[in-house]
Amino acid sequence: MRDRMSGNEAVAFAMKQIDPDVMGAFPITPSTEIPQYFSKYIADGEVHTEFVAVESEHSAMSTCIGASAAGARAITATSSAGLAYMWELLYVAASSRLPIVMAVVNRALTGPININNDHSDSMGCRDSGWIQIYAENNQEVYDNYIQAMPIAEHCRLPIMICQDGFITSHAVENIELLEDDKVRSFVGEYDPEHYLLKKDEPLAVGPYGISPYYMEIKKAQAEAMKESRARIYEVAEAFAKMSGRSYGMIEEYMMDDADFAVVLIGSSAGTAKAAARGLREAGVKAGVVKVRVFRPFPWEELRDALRGVKAAAVMDKSEGFSGWGGPLFAETRAALYDLEESARPLLQSLVYGLGGRDVTVSTFEAIYEDLARTAKAGTVEHVYRHVGVRGDEEGIQG
Amino acid sequence: MNINEQSKWYELTTGAEIFEPATSREVKTGEWRTRTPVFDKDKCKQCLLCVPFCPDVSIPVERGERFETNLDYCKGCGICAKVCSFGAITMEEL
Repeated sequence: MRDRMSGNEAVAFAMKQIDPDVMGAFPITPSTEIPQYFSKYIADGEVHTEFVAVESEHSAMSTCIGASAAGARAITATSSAGLAYMWELLYVAASSRLPIVMAVVNRALTGPININNDHSDSMGCRDSGWIQIYAENNQEVYDNYIQAMPIAEHCRLPIMICQDGFITSHAVENIELLEDDKVRSFVGEYDPEHYLLKKDEPLAVGPYGISPYYMEIKKAQAEAMKESRARIYEVAEAFAKMSGRSYGMIEEYMMDDADFAVVLIGSSAGTAKAAARGLREAGVKAGVVKVRVFRPFPWEELRDALRGVKAAAVMDKSEGFSGWGGPLFAETRAALYDLEESARPLLQSLVYGLGGRDVTVSTFEAIYEDLARTAKAGTVEHVYRHVGVRGDEEGIQG
Repeated sequence: MNINEQSKWYELTTGAEIFEPATSREVKTGEWRTRTPVFDKDKCKQCLLCVPFCPDVSIPVERGERFETNLDYCKGCGICAKVCSFGAITMEEL
């Protein structure tokens, strides 16, 4: 089925096809349309979901935790400050191993106040124990959402399905939808083993974890996160069989013989690909590595993708304030540590696109040009840089 | 289910769920105690004031009469000794 939809509508449509049990949500730009579209489906009797209108995101996540513990399939959607307001509950959901599915429409965190896209919200909670999957375009966010529950419920880990605020959430694109019955049989019925409403089995959820237990519980979470990688591949393979569209932990674009690469997350990957295509025509061996899954971190995939590349820029749409580059850079660089020196690319951190700052094909052309210069010099002059900042002589202008 | 402080990480339930009621009885908080209430039955008038003051419900009562403090759960806070008007409870380092 072909249709044209915004990223928000695509997510709401996927939710409708799945018909989950409970949605607890509070509106916040740019994710507001998701509960808005979904409320219409409820009002029109197209889904059987119990919608809990709450007074805050803290309560939205609490609703999901309660519903999920009770044995329901629970969903929500949020952005930016809303996600920040859920913070303490994110850890409760993860440590209680509740497979809640949250649509995150990425938006900058306030300071200064800003409603536009960057990844500071979901990057901020990257260590909360949630699986994180990011989308480049509307098709991907729809496809990722359909895969979310089979991943989360199998691993018993909560999952965030992220997309870029306004860039994909509000832009309307052609999209290939799956038939309702195909989606339903792919996602399946939710049949948890233990849940609060199971009357023959008294159950306590979220007990106090004193020191003799806390680390064992964290270790179990860490192991579940490591094992989720295999499940992500398994679900992607089944999804490819059904839809013809393939996904992995990362996507490599023109990377087979690439000399220069950018590594990044989300919608800007499309812009990077356009730049790489243009440069290939001019004989420059440019490539793109798009990180689809950030948690668990695809360190093996990145290590293999970047092996033998001369120079690469790892691009973060969030400031880590580490004084040494963004979070994607730090973890990618760590992933390359085990490569033999001759295969290890010269690597730099580029922070870009904060608060909705635009990046264009010419921005990427400037980045690839800079990578070529770096490769020629054989050394990275400035490891940690910003893109398109006025008056920034160490940065990239373009 | 027998989960205790020697259980390995993979022996715990997923998400630390507890599938049976009243497992708090398994946690012997008396291990935390540094001082122990010593009960002198001869001085006790059975006024039972110590009973509602005990935050751990560790003073057993049967037919209007209190018995020895249950040291499996008594944390040794000393409130019972403080509220006793007859000097029937003293806190000692045992």
